[in-house]
Amino acid sequence: MSTAISIAGVTRRYRDQVALDDVTIDIPGPSITGLLGRNGAGKSTLLRIIAAQEFVSCGQVEVLGESPVEHDPVLRRMVLVREDQVFPDFRVCHAIRAASWFYPNWDADLCGALLDDFELPQKRMIKKLSRGMRSALGIAIGLAARAEVTLLDEPYAGLDAVARQLFYDRLLAEYAEHPRTFLLSTHLIDEVADLLERVVMIDHGRVVLDADADEVRGGATAVRGPSAAVDQFVAGRPTWDRRKVGSQVSVVVAGAMDDADWARARELHLGLEPLSLQQMVIQAAGRANEARRGADRDGDGDQAMEDKVMKKERTHA
Amino acid sequence: MSGDGGPPVLDEGTPLFTQIADRLAEDIADGSLAEGDRAPSSNELAAFYRINPATAAKGINVLIDDGLLEKRRGVGMFVSDGARQRLLDARRRQFAERYVRPMVVEADRLGIDADALVALVRESGDRASPNGVRDGYTQEGITL
Repeated sequence: MSTAISIAGVTRRYRDQVALDDVTIDIPGPSITGLLGRNGAGKSTLLRIIAAQEFVSCGQVEVLGESPVEHDPVLRRMVLVREDQVFPDFRVCHAIRAASWFYPNWDADLCGALLDDFELPQKRMIKKLSRGMRSALGIAIGLAARAEVTLLDEPYAGLDAVARQLFYDRLLAEYAEHPRTFLLSTHLIDEVADLLERVVMIDHGRVVLDADADEVRGGATAVRGPSAAVDQFVAGRPTWDRRKVGSQVSVVVAGAMDDADWARARELHLGLEPLSLQQMVIQAAGRANEARRGADRDGDGDQAMEDKVMKKERTHA
Repeated sequence: MSGDGGPPVLDEGTPLFTQIADRLAEDIADGSLAEGDRAPSSNELAAFYRINPATAAKGINVLIDDGLLEKRRGVGMFVSDGARQRLLDARRRQFAERYVRPMVVEADRLGIDADALVALVRESGDRASPNGVRDGYTQEGITL
C-alpha cells in the first residue's frame, strides 16, 4: 500500500473562521477510507482542497505524489462528487458525455448499469431531477470515472435505504474489481462502518481520530454491573464516560478485551459490550470537546491538550 | 486466538475480521466446508457480508496462520488436511474454561450443589440432539 493522498499542515481560514486547523493525514491507497465528523466539522472543505477546487491558507497537499493545483495530469486521475454538485443547465446524457471525455478510464458500460440501477432517465433535464436522482447521477459519474482517487462527499443525500444499499454494493464490487482509493465523507457511520478500512475523524477543523477501522472498532468496551464489581474490574485501566443508575454503573474502558477478561467479567457478573465504530466516534468527539473546553478555560496549553487527545486515540487504536 | 475460539457471543464491537475468521472456522468445524474444499475468496466474503475486502482477507489470514486454510497459487484458499480435527481438539480443550466454569459459578450463586448440577446436566443430555459431534466424545475423554 502506498500513500494516495498526503495532507501536511493544512489550514484554511475564511475571514475570522478557521475551517481546517493544521490538518495532517496520509490516506493510503488502494483503500476505502471514511471521513467522519459532524456537520460543519470541515469535511467538505478538506475534500474540495484535495480536489484543488479550493485553496489552502497554508500547508501542502499531494495527490498521487504531485500537487493537484492546476495540474491536469493529476486532476484527470481524481474525481470529486460534491454534496452540492451543481450541473450546467442540460440533460443527464449530456453530463454523462462530458464526464466521459474528461476521465481517461471512463467505463460507459458501468455508467449505463448504474443509471439503470437507479432508474435515471437519460433525457431528463438535470434541474428537473429530484434530490435523490441528482445524488444518483453524481454516484454514477463518480464510480464510472474509475479515477484512481475517488472523493465522495455525502454522496447519497435524498437517496432512500434501498438505493443507498445499491450504492454500497456497487462501491464494494468496484473496489474488488478495480482497487483504488475511495475517500467517503459521511455521517451515516453505522451504515458504512463495515465498508471502511480506515477512519479519519475531523472535529472543529482538527483531526481527532486517524486509525484502521478494525483497531477503532472494539478499541474500547463498556463495562456494566454493580458498582463495586465494576471498580474491581476496571482498576488500573484508563476509563472514560462513567454513568450511574441506582447501584448499577457503566464505565467505558480503553482497549480490547481478551479471553481472560471475558472470563473474569463472567465471574463478576459484569456485562461487557465492545463499542461499535459509531460509538467510538461519538466518544472521540466528546473527548475532543472536553479537551477544547478545558483549553479555552485555561487560556493556554491548547495544542498540548489536543496532542494528548490524539495520542490517546492512537494508544487506544 | 480467533481461529479456534474467542468469546462465544459475537458482538458488533468485535473486530470484523475476527468474526469472519470465526464463521469460517465454524463452517470447517461442522463440516459444511470440508477438508480439501475451496474456501470463499476475500472478494466473495466481502460481497456476501458487505464488508471491506481487506477486512475479509485479514479474517482469512487468521485461518492461514492457524494452518486451517492453505493457499494454492493462482487457484485460491483450500481447507487443510486435518483442519476439522484440530479445531475440534482445540474446542474440547477450551470447553471447561468457556462453558463449564461459568455454569459452575452461576450454579454456586444460585445454591445449586455439585450433585444437583450433575443431575441437571444428565437430564439435559438425554434431551440433547443426536446430531452433535460424536467421534472421540466419550465419558472418559471429558472429566469434570
